[in-house]
Amino acid sequence: MSKDIRIKKGLDIKLVGEAEKTTENAIISNFYSIRPEDFHSIIPKLVAKEGTRVKAGETLFYNKDNEEMKFVSPVSGEVTEVQRGPRRRIDAIKITADKEQTYVDHGKFDLSSDADKIKAHLLASGCWAFIKQRPYDVVAKADSEPKAIFISGYASAPLAADLDYTLAGKEAELQTAVTALSKLTEGGVHISIGSSNSPLANLDNTITHNVSGPHPSGNVGTLINKVNPINKGEVVWTVNAQDLVIIGELLLTGKFNAERVVALAGSSVKKPRYFRTKIGSEVATMVYDNGVDKDGNDRIISGNVLSGKKVAPDGSLDYYSNVITVIPEGDDYEFFGWNKPVFDKVSTSRALTFSWLNPKKKYDLDTNTNGEHRAFVVTGSYEEVFPLDIYPMQILKACMYQDLDEMEALGMYEVAPEDFALTEFICVSKQPHQKIIREGLDLMLKEIG
Amino acid sequence: MGLKNKLHNFKEKNKDKKWLPGFNALFTFLYTPNETTHGGTHIKAADDLKRTMNTVILALVPCLIFGMFNAGYQHYLALGEIESANGFLGASFWTLDNLWIGALTVLPLVAVSYGVGLAVEFIFAVIKGHEVEEGYLVTGMLVPLIVPVDIPLWMLAVAVIFGVVIGKEVFGGTGMNILNPALTIRAFLFFAYPTWMSGDKVWVHGAVERDQAIAAGQNLDAISGETLLGAYAQNSSLAGIDYWDMFWGIIPGSVGETSKFLIIIGALFLIFTKIGSWRIMLSTVIGALVMGLIFNGVVDAGWIGDTSKFYGLMSVPFWQHLIIGSILFGAVYMATDPVTAAQTNKGKWIYGFLIGFISIMIRVFNPAYPEGVFLAILLMNVFAPTIDHYVVQANVKKRMKRIKVKTA
Repeated sequence: MSKDIRIKKGLDIKLVGEAEKTTENAIISNFYSIRPEDFHSIIPKLVAKEGTRVKAGETLFYNKDNEEMKFVSPVSGEVTEVQRGPRRRIDAIKITADKEQTYVDHGKFDLSSDADKIKAHLLASGCWAFIKQRPYDVVAKADSEPKAIFISGYASAPLAADLDYTLAGKEAELQTAVTALSKLTEGGVHISIGSSNSPLANLDNTITHNVSGPHPSGNVGTLINKVNPINKGEVVWTVNAQDLVIIGELLLTGKFNAERVVALAGSSVKKPRYFRTKIGSEVATMVYDNGVDKDGNDRIISGNVLSGKKVAPDGSLDYYSNVITVIPEGDDYEFFGWNKPVFDKVSTSRALTFSWLNPKKKYDLDTNTNGEHRAFVVTGSYEEVFPLDIYPMQILKACMYQDLDEMEALGMYEVAPEDFALTEFICVSKQPHQKIIREGLDLMLKEIG
Repeated sequence: MGLKNKLHNFKEKNKDKKWLPGFNALFTFLYTPNETTHGGTHIKAADDLKRTMNTVILALVPCLIFGMFNAGYQHYLALGEIESANGFLGASFWTLDNLWIGALTVLPLVAVSYGVGLAVEFIFAVIKGHEVEEGYLVTGMLVPLIVPVDIPLWMLAVAVIFGVVIGKEVFGGTGMNILNPALTIRAFLFFAYPTWMSGDKVWVHGAVERDQAIAAGQNLDAISGETLLGAYAQNSSLAGIDYWDMFWGIIPGSVGETSKFLIIIGALFLIFTKIGSWRIMLSTVIGALVMGLIFNGVVDAGWIGDTSKFYGLMSVPFWQHLIIGSILFGAVYMATDPVTAAQTNKGKWIYGFLIGFISIMIRVFNPAYPEGVFLAILLMNVFAPTIDHYVVQANVKKRMKRIKVKTA
């Protein structure tokens, strides 16, 4: 079954440094870090203390609220450091990898098992972490019953890894994963695809949607909103397409294989292309040997330029990202930057900004904010890049003055921070939309749950 | 070491000083700051609030320049020293003499408006420890364009202080205000000093002076400084003005609002740059035309005769309402202020329509205020949040309905 979703509102930000479609094996990282902050709202209970030896797939910590929910090591090796922040919060668990990798063997999973068994298996093996839920955009609660499961097989974000390319040849794993997931919901597994070449296009037990249009057409939030918007009291689950491979491999072979094909992209990368690496590996293993200047003033982002995380050179690939973007820092002043005509930056207005003249041009943008933070002033511009049936500015303001009733009424259950990445990008007042939404969701999670 | 580095070091050295926002305002005027993104999107679009405001100012500059020429032209025309200009490019209009009078009368208004207004902004920024916000850049430009040319400067200064403090800063500054600050300033002038803001003397430079001289016993001819609207409201008309004069703007009026031609150019520029809302502009014009048509219908139906005091303005053909008075200026530059207008796209249609509708209604029914635009916009500023509320509620209801369908 296939349906078409075509969106008009949005914005494709075309950037220099798209990854070329060749894949190399990244240098094997000696150190791997898992950061509990990747799993928003989960309070970790540490199992593997410093000095513990772990196999790949062995539990590092579990969810304090649900002991069944394990979070596992991507590699075998020794836990060499547990970095802690204020109030002994765990910032990162650092593992020194073995030369020879050993895996926990969960055994081949019987796909005809019932839903409870599948759930228990995913929870115990560490694969549950890949299942997120909305409302609140957090790791799914194990006892929640999703009305449907949504997967985006089309990455429309700037410089995103092309899923048609990175998932090619993984059809068996993908099929296994969606078959298992389809048993956990009554509403079916909805997958959006950008082209019929997608490895996700012809899977059984799924409902496929052809999406087209500018970013955020590939965001899973857009898919949910167009297919089956979330109502109060309902839960949907989302899984990143590349993580289906890990789930599928676990079910097929019994091994938690944290391997992932990652795009290295961005204007600061001399030879942008794809790498085969593992979750948690140091970004330095990919970045510096491939054309990023070691002394350069660059920003390394685990994820895409719109909603990724800034990482230090010794930082690591986070749990959910399949792209590392490197762009120049923009910590410099620009003479009369506010009134002179602009040709080398993206803009949705035409206020002496000329990106409308040349819609195909690729831009080399840096991290400068291009202006100072202000109160909301301009209206009507967010709506042009926001395809969801929600009033973006009104919901942002509701989050800022923390009116729970209004947040709920305006559709807070349906959104995730990444849905507000484009409105944040074009915001004339340079407001941190994603942060506002995240804090709003956190407040609702705390008060309503 | 370049200027950039010197300024940067100065800023770093004085990081904890209270007056730093004042310095930053000047620094960021020269250079967009070296701020980078933290969390959230790592890249940002090119536009900031300064650029947005600057675009509006660019759209206002033609009106200002025209206003300066027109100030001189109306002055000399009333004195009888020059021939009436025939059309936009008339020889007696674009003269240095006219510009000189304009410079002497209009530039002080601009200077006082910006000087006093920005001083208030700086003081508030320092007291409240936030950056100086750009909102006043546009307000300061609008104010001299919407007052009579001979308004005493001290009155303007008092009004600007009132408008900026009460109209904006008490609410928290740019983005938080309920009323359009420029119109608050004009309303203050209008109600505090009505003799300088209406009547048949204030619209032409020198008319009031001449009146005082006559009163003092000198034997001179009085200058009439009447606007078209004022004349219509008295059931009379002004001789020697045709529709093209109104369209080109070579008629008496507030400094910058007379040239409908340049306002339309400015409107097209604002719409093209996507800074001004075409929805508000268009719906305001539609609202005005509808109200004008209704009044024309009343006259045609014979419900009021030419003895009625409303007859003069009611019988003006509906489309002429657009080229007399400042309805177009209000629609393009004032009603579109994003902070005080309706914020939803549907709301903007309703908001604009009502502004046009009510403007013409006030214009016709209240001869004491021959121009109703500024009152209509202020009134709708107050109602804009209500309009938005109902528009947003429609979206909320849709969401509620979805749940009902599910549970039913």
